[in-house]
Amino acid sequence: MTKDVSETTEKIATRDAYGEVLVELGETHPEIVVLDADLSKSTRTEKFAKRFPDRFFQMGVAEANMMGVAAGLARCGKTAFASSFSIFASGRAWEQVRNTICYSALNVKIVATHGGVSVGADGSSHQCIEDFATMGAIPTLRVICPCDGPETGRAIRAIAEAKGPFYVRLGRAKVPTVTDADAPFELGKGIVLREGGDVVLFACGIAVAGALAAREALAADGLGAAVIDLHTLKPLDEDLVEDWASRTGAAVTAEEHVLRGGLGSAVAMTLGRRCPVPLECVGIDDQFGQSGEPEQLFQYYGLTADHIAEAARRAVARRQ
Amino acid sequence: MVELEELREIDFTRPRERPPIELLKRAANQVRRDVVTMLAEAGSGHPGGSLSIAEIITALYLAYMRHNPADPEWPERDRFVLSKGHACPALYSILSLCGYFERDALSTLRRLGSILQGHPDSKRCPGVEISSGSLGQGLSTALGMALAAKMDGRTYRVFAMIGDGESEEGQIWECAMAAAHYKANNLIVALDNNELQIDGPIREVVNPHPFPEKWQAFGWRVVGPADGHDFRSIFAALDEALSPDSRPSICIFRTLKGKGVHFMENQVEWHGKAPDKQQLAQALSDLDQQ
Ligand SMILES: Cc1ncc(C[n+]2csc(CCOP(=O)(O)OP(=O)(O)O)c2C)c(N)n1
Ligand SMILES: [Mg+2]
Repeated sequence: MTKDVSETTEKIATRDAYGEVLVELGETHPEIVVLDADLSKSTRTEKFAKRFPDRFFQMGVAEANMMGVAAGLARCGKTAFASSFSIFASGRAWEQVRNTICYSALNVKIVATHGGVSVGADGSSHQCIEDFATMGAIPTLRVICPCDGPETGRAIRAIAEAKGPFYVRLGRAKVPTVTDADAPFELGKGIVLREGGDVVLFACGIAVAGALAAREALAADGLGAAVIDLHTLKPLDEDLVEDWASRTGAAVTAEEHVLRGGLGSAVAMTLGRRCPVPLECVGIDDQFGQSGEPEQLFQYYGLTADHIAEAARRAVARRQ
Repeated sequence: MVELEELREIDFTRPRERPPIELLKRAANQVRRDVVTMLAEAGSGHPGGSLSIAEIITALYLAYMRHNPADPEWPERDRFVLSKGHACPALYSILSLCGYFERDALSTLRRLGSILQGHPDSKRCPGVEISSGSLGQGLSTALGMALAAKMDGRTYRVFAMIGDGESEEGQIWECAMAAAHYKANNLIVALDNNELQIDGPIREVVNPHPFPEKWQAFGWRVVGPADGHDFRSIFAALDEALSPDSRPSICIFRTLKGKGVHFMENQVEWHGKAPDKQQLAQALSDLDQQ
């Protein structure tokens, strides 16, 4: 067994970090408004609602309308944060996001919590594992999946300042803090968390912690693994991807998402064009999720640090 | 025909005297002429639902809305959202008559690179408040604009035009519920009740009637039914909708799809097809008589 990073560090759910930073931003940014669809307790927008009741819009269980109202508010100068679970924000309201928000280039930030199978016991209906693909396919929409609490804070601050629509996927479960409180954050720029010469592990979201743990297991085998946090899935930091693929000659992607259309697909497209090296992708292979504990589900769907380390060994073997 | 000079005399930024009905009638006639001409040139588009809103959109832009063609983003402007976006030829026509862009642009409808896309694109076309075309979505954006006005203590009003077939969309009713909940009394909806949609009469497709009872039950002030082709009736309805009330308002306008072109009137097949040259000549000659 590889060492579990989560046992060694502080843990915080990215949705909790979101709730905190929204209130902070609310103090300094009077143009920020927040909308939610009867999930404000879970998405943590409730904190903002309590602090700024006049700038919070409870839209009820009506996600399509919520996205449209957010668009209208944005058209009148507001920076609108619209939150729900990722399955509803990206699924139920996909076409509203595409046709009304993105096509009109409006300043709406869709921050969706409860992404991935780490939602756990609620089961497949509430485990969105397709949003990188569905949202990433929308022209101009930028897609972000931060890896821990501090990075979530930085990402939310960055999108609050940047113009135009964003989709941010956050999680329900507590995740280990793997970035420093004062780490830099630039939209569209990946972060080299660890260097290594034999293989590069590209990850986003909760899978970053898995990649870091996999790195320790690989070190025991004498393999040096670089770990890159690709928090921005779109636009992808193609230069960084090419750079580290060419330095190591073997690459792995890891994500809490179906294999088709997520981080793995995006990295594969970049590598195919700019630096073909053996690539192994860790993700969910064309299946729905199910109820269970997050750790059980990661084991079942092949998303653990061990799976990432195994994928790295395969990639390295293919290079040789 | 309407002379542009006649319209240039109107200061759209101020609350104003209603222009004479005779002028409004000629302007609505011009909108219809533009619609059929543009569509014939483009070779595609939606005549029926563009013709049915000619008087309503003319009344809104020339007589009611405070707006500024020289500064389309003027913060105090009244907003207009064409939720039934396929009727944009009528919107493009009235915008050009008001001076948002050159009249020449009308001949570029639906062409590559045109500001006049097949459905409204707010990034390209000055005066288009927000992109629309996917039915059911525009009304929600209008509510967002109305809520923003209240937050900012601004007095602008938000007008939205929806279709009767469009009213089958669930999002319309999501928005209806939310607008009443938020007491968005600065939101005024015009329902173009022309009784037709693409696949047939609305009563046969999936009957959305009765409108007054439904909207009332959702907590709205219901005005009308009014005659959407009679300016006096339109004025009466809009005046009532703009009088003080805590509720959002909807004006139900009875209209004739294809109004003004005899062979298009009340004909399902003229929802989404362009007239050919001969039909255009016929249409314009119909409009000459009016
Ligand atoms: C969401 C969506 N579904 C389908 C269409 C295709 N469509 C365009 S117009 C129309 C009928 C609309 O009927 P109505 O609202 O009565 O329009 P009008 O009669 O005023 O032209 C349909 C189904 C669309 N534009 N958007
Ligand atoms: Mg109709």
